[in-house]
Amino acid sequence: MPPPTAAAPQPSPALPPVAPRTVKDRVLRVTRRLGLTGRGGVILGPYAWLVLFFFIPFLIVLKISVAEPAVGIPPFTKLIEWVDGGLDVHIRFSGFQALFDDDLYLLAYLNSLKIAFVSTLCCLFIGYPMAYAIATAPEKRRGPLLMLIILPFWTSFLIRVYAWMSILKDEGLLNNLLLSLGIIHEPLKILYTDLAVYIGITYSYLPFMILPLYATLEKMDHTLLEAAADLGARPWKSFLTITLPLSLPGIVAGSLLVFIPAVGEFVIPSLLGGSDTLMIGRELWNLFFNSRDWPSASAVAIALLAFLVGPIMIFQHFQGRDQDKGAA
Amino acid sequence: MKKSRLPMVLLGVGLAFLYLPILLLVVYSFNDNRSLTVWTGASLRWYHELIQDGQMLEAAWLSLRIAFATACGAVVLGTVAGLMLARFGAFRGRALFAGMISAPLVMPEVIMGLALLLLFVSAEQLIGWPAGRGVLTIVLAHITFTMSFVAVVIQSRLVSMDVSLEEAAMDLGARPAKVFFVITLPIIAPAIVSGWLLAFTLSLDDLVITSFVSGPGSTTLPMIVFSSIRLGLKPEINALATIVVAVVATGIGLAGFLEARRARVREREESQAGKA
Repeated sequence: MPPPTAAAPQPSPALPPVAPRTVKDRVLRVTRRLGLTGRGGVILGPYAWLVLFFFIPFLIVLKISVAEPAVGIPPFTKLIEWVDGGLDVHIRFSGFQALFDDDLYLLAYLNSLKIAFVSTLCCLFIGYPMAYAIATAPEKRRGPLLMLIILPFWTSFLIRVYAWMSILKDEGLLNNLLLSLGIIHEPLKILYTDLAVYIGITYSYLPFMILPLYATLEKMDHTLLEAAADLGARPWKSFLTITLPLSLPGIVAGSLLVFIPAVGEFVIPSLLGGSDTLMIGRELWNLFFNSRDWPSASAVAIALLAFLVGPIMIFQHFQGRDQDKGAA
Repeated sequence: MKKSRLPMVLLGVGLAFLYLPILLLVVYSFNDNRSLTVWTGASLRWYHELIQDGQMLEAAWLSLRIAFATACGAVVLGTVAGLMLARFGAFRGRALFAGMISAPLVMPEVIMGLALLLLFVSAEQLIGWPAGRGVLTIVLAHITFTMSFVAVVIQSRLVSMDVSLEEAAMDLGARPAKVFFVITLPIIAPAIVSGWLLAFTLSLDDLVITSFVSGPGSTTLPMIVFSSIRLGLKPEINALATIVVAVVATGIGLAGFLEARRARVREREESQAGKA
């Protein structure tokens, strides 16, 4: 390892007139030329990893979304081939074409957006009072309460979804309870419907909503509320004019943390939803695993990503603001 | 100003919503009946069946090994990434890096899984590596999405940390690497531990990305659980869930206890220092 001093590439001024003698010297010289010593070398690791395993894969998805499906392993054709000394380019957009021709995909996209949107609102309405209550609790109790919010996140996601299956099914615990109380006389059909999907997503993603909300509410200056009260504002009025606007960054961050993954959710609709619960994550899964049509699955992924690029950028903007605070 | 009791009541209701399903799962894991919703008597029948399910035990062991390797890899990369974001100021390509590190936090798993699989398939075609898919590809994929979570944990710890200690060490002539290992690392050690645990848990629990990048012979626990509950309820899964909940609760309880004790010790030391 070279000493981690030089940060930028710099010609070593004190190079010996003779050629470097050892391998170590030679390696040192090359790394120093490339700016890989010290900070540069540290940066390289995670950077290269993310480019290789995060950035390049998306380019490959893009590439394969315009390939032709083929029977074989892997089940798609090459885009560019040398045939008889000439370059043969196969690009087709039929994968994307199918997205527009077949109502199924359009409906699945729209339904995913609807389900994600409604679930996000549910999370917000349930999560906001919870975050508010924790943020205004005595300081000693905030830590344990926050722990209670995070705790379910440490148990398995799959198992938490499974828990709802036994609650919501026709002869499940909820129906049994309602029947024995005489509120209903026939079991409600909830499991394997869209309603169960709403419940499942709201339940699973609730902590993701509460944490950013808590972070902004906790930082809030409470003397503002006291000032408002002194000036005669009713609690509701000061909540609407002070607390709510100030917690807007938390609302946006929390909503995006729920909304974006919920649009592409696969596990919850396939366990709690019915066969008619169309969601795009599920269609992508089916295209890939059941139809083995990798190019069309890639086209679905690209289209989904195109929908989500806007929300993801907004999320990163908020995320980046915190990061810049750290960098400053 | 009179404080409204309403938020506290709603918090209680919300916590009940979060915990009741898990509690029911635990209670019914001791139920003798297969139907899962009618209580017929206490029994350890499902635990007994669980530990005799060789396929499930094998998958659990595989998942634990994958999670261990993932957590170790992710904690190194994630710590460095968090350090870069919190301490390195503006470096070339910072915007792209910040984007790539925070995108996996929200990226739908089906997209990440598909993208990583296509990478592995293309790389195999091109350079013959990785040959086939299995534990290696699962670990690589898991490190990629869990390191973002580690980076967030580390970064927020670094941001809230007192920088003057690092500055003092540098003023006294310590090199950056020495400052990191002697000053920064011990201070952020608790955050590194929670980052490791977070990566471990996320890896242990992942179904979607794993399904895309796994190969024959590398069936993880979530894959088995998913395929068995897809067809309906299975009481064995309740027993499994109870074990998971017990382990997590014990771990968290222990961490809380240690933290409280440390805080007490610190308090006592501070009060003694005050007296002296």
